[in-house]
Amino acid sequence: MGTGISVNRITARRRHPLARYAVLLLALGLVGGAYTTFVLPQTQSADAAVASGKADDVTEGAKLFAAHCSSCHGLQAQGTENGPTLVGVGAASVDFQVSSGRMPAANPGPQVPRKPPADWVTPDKIRQLSAYVQSLGGGPTVPGKEQVDPALGDPAKGGELFRANCISCHNWVGAGGALTQGKYAPNLNQSTPEQIYEAMITGPQAMPVFNDSTITPEQKRDMIAYIVGVREQTDPGGFGLGRIGPVTEGLVAWIVGLSALALAAIWITAKKRQANHD
Amino acid sequence: MTIDSVPKPVAGASGFIDDRLGAGNFLRRNLRKVFPDHWSFLLGEIALYSFVILLLTGTFLTFWFKPSMGHVVYDGSYEPLKGVLMSEAYASSLHISFEVRGGLLMRQIHHWAALLFIGGMMVHMLRVFFTGAYRKPRELNWIIGVLLLTLALAEGLTGYSLPDDLLSGAGLRITQGVAISLPLVGSYVSFFLFGGEYPGEDVISRFYTLHILLIPGILLALISAHMILMWVQKHTQMPGKGRTNENVVGGPFYPSFMIKAGAYFLFTFGTLAGLGAFAQINPIWLFGPYTPADISAGSQPDFYMGFLEGALRIMPAWEINFLGYTLPLSVIIPALVPMGIIMTGLALYPFLEQWVTGDRREHHIADRPRNNPHRTSIGFAAITFYGILWLLGANDEIAANFHLSLFQITWVGRFAIFLGPALAYMITYRTCLGLQRKDAEVLSHGVESGVIKRLPHGEFIEIHVPPAEDIAAHMRGKEPVPMIAAGPDDGGIPPKDLRNPIGRLRAKMSQAYGGEKIPVEDGHGHDGHDGHELGQGEDHAAVGSGGDNRSISH
Ligand code: HEC
Ligand code: HEC
Ligand code: HEM
Repeated sequence: MGTGISVNRITARRRHPLARYAVLLLALGLVGGAYTTFVLPQTQSADAAVASGKADDVTEGAKLFAAHCSSCHGLQAQGTENGPTLVGVGAASVDFQVSSGRMPAANPGPQVPRKPPADWVTPDKIRQLSAYVQSLGGGPTVPGKEQVDPALGDPAKGGELFRANCISCHNWVGAGGALTQGKYAPNLNQSTPEQIYEAMITGPQAMPVFNDSTITPEQKRDMIAYIVGVREQTDPGGFGLGRIGPVTEGLVAWIVGLSALALAAIWITAKKRQANHD
Repeated sequence: MTIDSVPKPVAGASGFIDDRLGAGNFLRRNLRKVFPDHWSFLLGEIALYSFVILLLTGTFLTFWFKPSMGHVVYDGSYEPLKGVLMSEAYASSLHISFEVRGGLLMRQIHHWAALLFIGGMMVHMLRVFFTGAYRKPRELNWIIGVLLLTLALAEGLTGYSLPDDLLSGAGLRITQGVAISLPLVGSYVSFFLFGGEYPGEDVISRFYTLHILLIPGILLALISAHMILMWVQKHTQMPGKGRTNENVVGGPFYPSFMIKAGAYFLFTFGTLAGLGAFAQINPIWLFGPYTPADISAGSQPDFYMGFLEGALRIMPAWEINFLGYTLPLSVIIPALVPMGIIMTGLALYPFLEQWVTGDRREHHIADRPRNNPHRTSIGFAAITFYGILWLLGANDEIAANFHLSLFQITWVGRFAIFLGPALAYMITYRTCLGLQRKDAEVLSHGVESGVIKRLPHGEFIEIHVPPAEDIAAHMRGKEPVPMIAAGPDDGGIPPKDLRNPIGRLRAKMSQAYGGEKIPVEDGHGHDGHDGHELGQGEDHAAVGSGGDNRSISH
């Protein structure tokens, strides 16, 4: 799981003043969850999930969902005016959205931004939420460890696919770029391999879906190898200047280069004048 | 050392040469050539020294660079591109970067030097412009400068395209787009340039010849001409004590100027080497090889092309369809109009100014920018015009990094490109007059001495002392901006050549452009400043005794 929340941080969070409210919310969630589970008619896949022994996750997920998500997505994830339906978006989408901190969404804006996940979010809770949403109408699932392991991919092939499919929005090294209407393709500096994979198969917001027939799972792994490899590479030429190309280079040329030389000119000529006074 | 005595090493060397070649006189005369001493006069040297470094590093690069678009499979040491199909040009640039010893450093110094070469030319040109150093007899050298700047842009564009990476390919694509959008000849020009369908197989080798042979050759010739003319005509100098239109005050070429120039070369070289070593530039391995199908977010040209990029980005998508032909205004206008305005404007300015002011005298004393407010304002309006376009060339980076809306930036830009220069003009004009007023005040009232005096009746005043002699002389070097005698003669008839509409316009412009806006001598640029006045006689005596031999009676 990509959230990387350590045990230490969780204990620290338990002592957090807001923990009380979190507990309260959780309790509310439990009630809501119980309501959803017992009173509302279940879909077939939920039944199937119960049968397959994942019922625990699904019920827990339903409770979490009612507590944290239903205000926007509706009690049955059917969608409201504040958020789209989640039926059929799949576990991968939930995992991506919640682990990258996008969901639960905060302020309305042109685009829900990546942010540190909410305090209550743990890998377990994400798994439960994902299982619940998956149970509603299927959809793309969370990729396995092996599927996203950068060490198993071929970065050169991945680079070619990355250039062909992604850089028009995300820039050569995944530094991000602007889109229309205040939207933007974020930088890929913090995306975990899982999130990269999930972004491709779910196509969050303005991003298109790259399903397995356009880019095979193997190719996706190659791309992950490229993205992760390049962003970890130390810049052979010195400071990378944000790796966004000529804009920062031009700024450095003027702010560092030409200013330094103008100062040198002032210094040299001032030196001369002093010598004259002697 | 005084200016008149021949320094010993010179005397020795020239004596040696004189005995053999009879050239001693020539040397003695030239080694003692006097160079004025103002920091802004060194700015041009940034460009000169960068050019030298470009020649050296560029030659180094030619040893390994292969200007070919032939396909190869990469098998170098950069892992993330292993096995990728690319052009030989790109592969050899990667080879220079990763396998040739010192290659990456050279590539980076070459590229930083290219930026400083052009940036240096720009600041140098602004210095010349704002001080009016382009006036007679230096118009020709000014024109050479404008040509140099234009050629440097072409040199940069061709060099930037050589490595054949994805980013430079985007620039090439735009170049082709501009070529093909030219009315009537467009497709011919494009096919001629690329040797067929874009991108073809020829463009890199053609650009290579242009980049390392033709354009540097012309640049070298023009730079030499520029230097020779400068040498013959001598530098202008800032107004000041003992400086007249007939002399040059400063240090002799040898040793003082040569030492300074040598030191300055080392500074330039040091700055470039430092940038090349510590700041990564044009990381072509991150961009990948060029294929016409791929394009990246954040594709930008080098800074000197940024204003064209900006023009392209704010241009509305207009086109004219006529008899089956399409005239894409959205490409032609941004490609040709700003460049045309800026370069033509620069080239013609000295002559336009002459025409407006009717001033055909020789000038060897530089103007202080504030003392020719209209020229300075025109300069700042032009800088603003250029700067806004330049900024908008990066509109996507601005939007992405400051979380602004791309559309809003574009729309703001469309208005700013017209309003900004006008605003800059007005602000600069006011500022110049304000500064002139301040000069006048300093000359007549002196500067604050920091000494507070209490008068017998209890009032406190700060004592003002006359400005230092050299500063006063600097300020007094002001001359009214000349204008043509447009007034009616005794009989009330305006001069003959000013009677037609163009003549009347010229007279009007001259009236506005020329003249003395704030005379230094009347001394009361600021009234109602009673408490600050110096004691009567003291004040004027002090000013009068400032060695003021350059009166400005006209
Ligand atoms: C403040 C309202 C709000 C809350 C609370 C919220 N969401 Fe969302 N959610 C949205 C909106 C709006 C979108 C649509 C964003 C978009 O695609 O532009 C969205 C989209 C999503 C998507 C992507 C749907 C797709 O098409 O792939 C998922 C998955 C999701 N939310 C899950 C959750 C989960 C799980 C929670 C609870 C932890 C949650 N959301 C809480 C508003 C909300
Ligand atoms: C049309 C433009 C577009 C293209 C093409 C595109 N993306 Fe995206 N991508 C986006 C946008 C917009 C987002 C932000 C979505 C969000 O915030 O919910 C995004 C988000 C992502 C994220 C999540 C970043 C994070 O914050 O963790 C990843 C990873 C990602 N994209 C990878 C890819 C890959 C890999 C490709 C190529 C296969 C690709 N994208 C192609 C527009 C695009
Ligand atoms: C005078 C002004 C010059 C300018 C403005 C200029 C500019 C540039 C630029 C911007 C590049 C791209 C550099 C990069 O790869 O990052 C380049 C590449 C190159 N230049 Fe120049 N250059 C100049 C002179 C020269 C000269 C005189 C030579 C050779 C004698 C030369 C040889 C080369 C070569 C071989 C390359 C490609 C090398 C590579 O990218 O690996 N240049 N030039």
